[in-house]
Amino acid sequence: MKKIIALILAVAMLLCFAGCGTKDTNSDAGTKSDLKVGLICLHGDASTYDKNFIDAFKEACANKGLTEDNYTIVTDIAEGTACYDQAADLAETCDLIFADSFGHEPYMIQAAKEFPEVEFCHATGVKAHTEGLANYHNAFASIYEGRFLAGVAAGMKLVELYGDEEGKVSNENAKIGYVGAFPYAEVISGYTSFYLGVKHIVENATMEVRYTNSWYDEAAEKTTALALIDNGCKLISQHADSWGAPTACEERNIPNVSYNGSTAEKCPKTFIVASRINWTPYFEYIIDCVKNGDKIDTDWTGTLETGSVEITEVGAAAAEGTQAKLDAVKAKLIDGSLKVFDCSTFTVDNKALTSFVADVDDAGDFVPETEVVETSGDITFVNESAKRSAPYFNVIIDGITAVTE
Amino acid sequence: MKKKNNLKEPFVRIVKRDNIKVKNIILIYSIAVIGGLLLSGFISMLFSDKGLFDFFQSLFEGAFGSDRKFWLLLQDTTLLLGASMALLPAFKMKFWNLGGNGQILVGCLSAIACMFYLGGKVDDGIIILIMFFASVFAGALWAFIPAFFKAKFNTNESLFTLMMNYIAQGLVSLFITIWVKSGSGVLAPIQYGNIPDIGNKYLLPIIMFSLITIVMHIYLRSSKHGYEISVVGESINTAKYVGIKVDKVIIRTMILSGAIAGLVGFVLAGSINHTINTSSANNMGFTGIMATWLANFNPLIIIITSFFITFISKGMTQVRKTFMFTNDSISNIVVGVVYFAVIICSFFINYRLVFRKKEKEEIKK
Repeated sequence: MKKIIALILAVAMLLCFAGCGTKDTNSDAGTKSDLKVGLICLHGDASTYDKNFIDAFKEACANKGLTEDNYTIVTDIAEGTACYDQAADLAETCDLIFADSFGHEPYMIQAAKEFPEVEFCHATGVKAHTEGLANYHNAFASIYEGRFLAGVAAGMKLVELYGDEEGKVSNENAKIGYVGAFPYAEVISGYTSFYLGVKHIVENATMEVRYTNSWYDEAAEKTTALALIDNGCKLISQHADSWGAPTACEERNIPNVSYNGSTAEKCPKTFIVASRINWTPYFEYIIDCVKNGDKIDTDWTGTLETGSVEITEVGAAAAEGTQAKLDAVKAKLIDGSLKVFDCSTFTVDNKALTSFVADVDDAGDFVPETEVVETSGDITFVNESAKRSAPYFNVIIDGITAVTE
Repeated sequence: MKKKNNLKEPFVRIVKRDNIKVKNIILIYSIAVIGGLLLSGFISMLFSDKGLFDFFQSLFEGAFGSDRKFWLLLQDTTLLLGASMALLPAFKMKFWNLGGNGQILVGCLSAIACMFYLGGKVDDGIIILIMFFASVFAGALWAFIPAFFKAKFNTNESLFTLMMNYIAQGLVSLFITIWVKSGSGVLAPIQYGNIPDIGNKYLLPIIMFSLITIVMHIYLRSSKHGYEISVVGESINTAKYVGIKVDKVIIRTMILSGAIAGLVGFVLAGSINHTINTSSANNMGFTGIMATWLANFNPLIIIITSFFITFISKGMTQVRKTFMFTNDSISNIVVGVVYFAVIICSFFINYRLVFRKKEKEEIKK
């Protein structure tokens, strides 16, 4: 018996030494670059939101000649001190650290202050332009343009399903539903641009929005989508990160316009199209900046042109001619002859919007301070994501009913 | 034919072990832990091009790799220890308190509410004092409610405490919606009422919950209350006959249980996170159950089990990094395998398997 115990102890000791011993054995792997980059994610790749970042991160690293020795991905990092702990831990080896979730921001800033020689980048954040740190940066994309395009595809599907000879859809059939996460500017801006896209095709469209009050809650997203369908919505879209809404639509055979990535594989009957932010261009940009010692933009907004805003391939369920129409609208958005938040296309409380002051500087007081309605040429529009990268349009426009529960 | 089969000895029987030597217990656990880790290592290798050596290297590096990691290991061990101490007196009484998460969460929420409403208006020291009492009171209240219904109406405490978790989560969601006017659902860390560092920022929970563990050990072992708890746990009727007021013991013990959970929430809010979300309790109310059961309700052994569980969780975070496991499922399988091995071996400590053949030999003798 003693022999066995001795043996076990010996093995355990050996393992201890293995753990404490050589720390960096992989530096001789013959890599081209000694750059190290790290990615912090709120969830793993079961969440479509985080998967979108993980895939883009890997792609950008591959494009820039970074191997697995050059990058680290940490998943399931909560929006709390755990994020700071991970960021500080990565900062000891990495030159560049990126975090993907809104609630990570204060902890990234905390780490950025402690490690001034390391670059910290954060998606969806709002504080970089007021914080004034040289090594802390925000990024987002003009995803409202992608949502608008997705809305156009949704509108065409409604016309295909319910349109009469002239392409008119009755009010009853022009009702669509939207599963939102929180009544937050990012979500409101997203569904408003989607709705305006639908309205671009179906003038009398109306939309019912319900919130799950969670960024990721598969069960709640599914039941919310089902409730919207039961309430007469003929098409569903969502700003929520799970498979809840798409699978609910597949079960009820209701067309779905998705976000973050195509759901064609699991939901072939109902998938129309998805808009997504492609983070690869941003990751490539920041990797280049760090490599060349250039300054990273404090606020970086990806666009259709940079390839950051994407619309996936249209699904088999989409209406005929959708792709051609999307290409035409996309071209107009790029050349600026069409604006998503064109004030002549919507009303607020039955009045045209002539002024909108947004809460761009997040001082914690939730008091808006920046005028964002602008006129360029003969179009008066809300200039979204121009004053900072994260969206700030949070007006509920006519035609949208937002149910707050 | 059938009858004949029935008469036959079963192929294998489970027999309770009478007394097993401590040496053997340690041996069995060591085999389980090392076996479980090896198995997890092999499973990890299936999904990656890394080897077994990388697995163990990462495991230890994740827990002990730097000063920060080591302090975090201690801090999280003692937090889990705190959660386990909250559950322990109730479990000793055979009151299955599954509401640890909720009790921690309401403790956390009360502390954050004090920080939010009093911050900037009252001196930080006073806020912290109020936070302390608010957290302890809220945790105790959250435990008192199911205890009261158990004592007076004999409701099922497992379901009751479990459901209280969801109410606590709902309350947290509700308050975040009220406090965060931008609607982002994320409460930024509050600058007021932060408990100052003692030595370093990790020490507070380490000292606090180590002390509570010692006090709990003495309380359960040597005090009259501790004796009453174990009698109620053994048999409610015996307790009644010897004149113990069972209702009173249940309620009193659960208030103690909830108060300690509230204290964990106080530390999480005031010293560690300074903010709250629905998963702030970090599932310790349930992980604590594992720590408590594995230690067979012995407070001193819970120190070891809490350390082990935290070590595995910290180590596995590093393994995920090294092995590039971005998928939660793989890492959950890997962690699950280790726990499974350990839990199975606790079965072999209490029971042994007797096979048919052996039995016949015994009869011959």
